[in-house]
Order: sequence, then C-alpha cells, then structure tokens
Amino acid sequence: MIRTENIHKKFGDHHVLKGITTEFFKGKTNLIIGRSGAGKTVLLKLLVGLLEPTEGDIFYDDVNFNKLGKKDTRTLRMDVGMLFQASALFDSMTVEENIRFPLDMFTNMTRKEKRKRVDFCLERVSLGFVNDKYPSEISGGMQKRVGIARAIVLNPKYLFCDEPNSGLDPKTAIVIDELIKSITIENNITTVINTHDMNSVMGIGDNIILLHQGQIAWRGNNGEVMESDNEILQNFIFASPFLQDLRDAALEK
Amino acid sequence: MNFKILTHFGRYLIMMGTAFSRPEKTSMYYKETMRQMNDIGVGSLTIVGLIAVFIGAVTAVQFAYQLDGTLVPIYYIGYIVRDSTIIELAPTITCLVLAGKVGSNIAAEIGGMRQKEHIDAMEIMGVNTAAYLIMPKVVAALVVIPLLVAIAAFVSVFGGYIAVVPAGYMSHEEYIQGVRSFFDSYNIFLMFVKATVFAYLLTSVSAYQGYYVKGGSIELGQASTNAVVFSDILILLADYLIAVLLT
Ligand SMILES: Nc1ncnc2c1ncn2[C@@H]1O[C@H](COP(=O)(O)OP(=O)(O)OP(=O)(O)O)[C@@H](O)[C@H]1O
Ligand SMILES: [Mg+2]
Repeated sequence: MIRTENIHKKFGDHHVLKGITTEFFKGKTNLIIGRSGAGKTVLLKLLVGLLEPTEGDIFYDDVNFNKLGKKDTRTLRMDVGMLFQASALFDSMTVEENIRFPLDMFTNMTRKEKRKRVDFCLERVSLGFVNDKYPSEISGGMQKRVGIARAIVLNPKYLFCDEPNSGLDPKTAIVIDELIKSITIENNITTVINTHDMNSVMGIGDNIILLHQGQIAWRGNNGEVMESDNEILQNFIFASPFLQDLRDAALEK
Repeated sequence: MNFKILTHFGRYLIMMGTAFSRPEKTSMYYKETMRQMNDIGVGSLTIVGLIAVFIGAVTAVQFAYQLDGTLVPIYYIGYIVRDSTIIELAPTITCLVLAGKVGSNIAAEIGGMRQKEHIDAMEIMGVNTAAYLIMPKVVAALVVIPLLVAIAAFVSVFGGYIAVVPAGYMSHEEYIQGVRSFFDSYNIFLMFVKATVFAYLLTSVSAYQGYYVKGGSIELGQASTNAVVFSDILILLADYLIAVLLT
C-alpha cells in the first residue's frame, strides 16, 4: 500500500499539485485520471521519487519514502517496477538484454536461470520470438509489453504505469489493461496507473482518483462512475455528445 | 555568473562522489569497463598514431630548420624530438584530440540516455546511475589513455626519424645518438602524471555535461560541444599547473 499526505508540487510559480491525500491499495489497480496537463505524470514521478514534493509525505507501507537516504531508496526501488509513457527501453540492447538487465544487476542467477525468467516474463506479456530484436524493430504496442516484462522481472511489490495504453488501438489497449490487472491480482501488488482512457477507467478502475486543477475532484471505483453526479467527472468521462447519449440511454434502462 | 560556476562545480563534485561508490554488481561494472577500454583504447589507436607521426615529423623538421647554420650539434634533433613529445606534445595533443573524440562521445551517450528517460528507468530499478554510467568510463580512461600517450610518444620519435633521416638532414646514427642523449626518467613520470590527470578531466567533465543535460536535440548538441570545449580548457589549465608545480 502507498499513502500520500498533503502532497504539493510547485515548478516556480506554477502550482501543479495542491494537497493530494490519498491511498493506493495492495492487490488493486489504482487509477490516476485527469485531463492532459492535470499533473498525472508529475504525481507518478513524485510517487517513485524522480521528483521531490514541495510539501507533503509519501509512505510505502508506513515507511516515509522522502525521509529515506539514497541507499535505502535504492533498496526500496528493487521492489518497484515502472512502465514509462514512452517505454524507455534501452535502445542499444536487444529485448532479451533489456529484460535481463535488472537480473544481471541485482541477482546471482545463472545464465540459464536468467534465460528462463526472461522467457517466462515474455510469455506473461504474450510475446514470443522477439528476444533478439532491438526495440526499434518492434511495434509500439510490443515495446509497451516489453516494458511491462522488464518492470515485473524482479517480482516488484509496487508497479507504476504511465499511460500504458496511450497510442494503442482499443483492442490492444484492453489486452494491456487486462494484463496489468491480472499481474496485480496474481502477485498481490500495489499498482498505480495513469490514464485518460475511458475503457481503462471502466475496465480496471478498482480505485480511481480524478485530478482537476491540482486537487482530487472525485474518488471512487468503476462501479460508481455511471451513477456519480460529479460534474467534473461526468465532463471528463463522457466528453463527447455521443458518449453522453450512450450514458443517458444506459441510465434510462 | 560566478555563482553559476560554483553551482556547476558543486554539482560536479556530488556527481563524482556518487559515481565512486560501491558497485551493485562487480561483474557488470567490469564488463562495462572492458567495453569502454576497447572503445576508448582500441578505437582511438589509429587517430592517435597518425597524429603522433606528424607531431614527431614536424618537430624534427622545424628544429632542423632552426638549427641550420648554428653551432648546436645536429644530433640534438633526436634529443629535442624525444623530450618535447614526452613532456608536452604527446600527452597534451593526444588528450586534446581525445577530448574531441571520446569526450563528445561520452556526453552524447549519457545525455541521450538522460533525454530518453533511460537514466530514470535505471534509477527506478535501483541502479546507482552516476556510478554505473560514469565510473567504468573514468576507470577505463585512466588505464587506457596513459597507454595511448606512451604509444604516441614512441611513435613521435619514430615520426621524427622518418622526417629527417631519409630526407638527408642527418644520419641514422646521429638521430639515434640524439634520442639516447640526456635521458631523464623523471620526464616519463611527468608524461604519465599529465596523461592521468587529463584522462580524468576529459571523461568526468564530459560525463557531467551529459548527465545533467535537459531539453532536446539542440541541448544535446550543446552538451557535446561543451564537453569538448571545457575539457580542452581544463586540460590546458592543468597542463600549465603541472608544469609550474612539477618542473
Ligand atoms: N519539469 C517540469 N517543469 C515545469 N513544469 C512542469 C514540469 N513537469 C510538468 N510540469 C507542468 O505540470 C503540469 C502537469 O504536467 P503532467 O505532465 O503531470 O500532465 P499529465 O496529467 O501527465 O498530462 P498528459 O495526460 O498530457 O500526460 C503541466 O502544466 C506541466 O507544464
Ligand atoms: Mg503524462
């Protein structure tokens, strides 16, 4: 579980986050949603320590993350996996070398054991026969999946995904969502996902916070989205007239 | 302006402090160091050799021109070529050239990784990126660049020979006599001190430029240029300081 207490983030005069207090639960897919520029990526980067909060604290299972020294931060990070918005695969390494990198760095596994683990992770994300390809030689969706494979190779306790399905077709997007969801349940880990994809919200939104103008405008789960009369949420989810009609039709029934 | 220099210097010191901490996995660092030695060392042999031949040749021919019509014995040419390359030309020119070749390469490589979030990705895994990306490069350079400089010095003496002996300025025996005269091993020590200091400067300064790069491709280009310019300035400054302090 991860908990934030009154997180503020300013870039100069630009007050991006204004007091975020929330919890991300274990075994659940926790969603951070909001319009473009709402501060989703900033919040995610604060959670993993790539940015420092101007004010406020972040707790990983009651350990105050921002009070940890450099070394303890690194130790904690071995339990963290992250999928970047642009995948951030090492482009001079093959797919296999990418996924193996954390194993090479942090374990004493034999070559054979590593190979087995890499194959397992690739299979887990439904990818085969790409071990020796370079990231530039596979499609964007495949890169995302390799990114996920790399993020889970060390069996993390915390998984962060920055827009895991942006730029993908709806079918592939759903496959990736389902994949993250099942990994979360299988390994009972705390997963935090940034998204502005409506399908994700409805499909895997166990615990959702909606960021709006630096604050949490709404929180709940996918079951509660339809019935909510929160205007900001409704404007966000049912952004187009087409979707509004669909919702009205669904609610009339 | 002055504050900016101090900020950079402070950040540089912190980075280098972090870079020289204990490796997560010695074998990974070893592998990376070997790769760097190959890139820096073997990859620079041709250019260093080529430059050294010309340095020696030019020194010899020009000194022969200066000696023309004087009472200084002709075999002094060999002696001058040997000492001027060992003390000054081999370490300084080699490292200025390597700052251009290796330094810009290091800045671009690390800077590209920063911009493409590769460094962030490694940090999230728990890797000490300052250490993993910088230490192997510096260590490799500290081993390989002094060797390159030694090779350059040797090749220069040979280059001087080609320039003056076949051309008839002096005989084979005279040149060899010159090269063997007034030898002081302290000069070799001086050469290695310079090579080591320059190697450290050019790799760490270039790594710094890359590690803290922001923005996009224009900034990456600037970082790469800055790496070369600042390395060159610092190498010349250090050259002067070493000359004042150690001779
Ligand atoms: N490093 C930074 N320096 C200054 N301002 C920043 C920085 N990073 C983000 N911001 C600002 O913070 C705000 C939130 O940005 P953020 O990237 O978190 O948006 P987002 O919700 O992830 O949007 P998107 O859905 O488009 O990815 C933006 O207004 C942006 O300008
Ligand atoms: Mg974002």
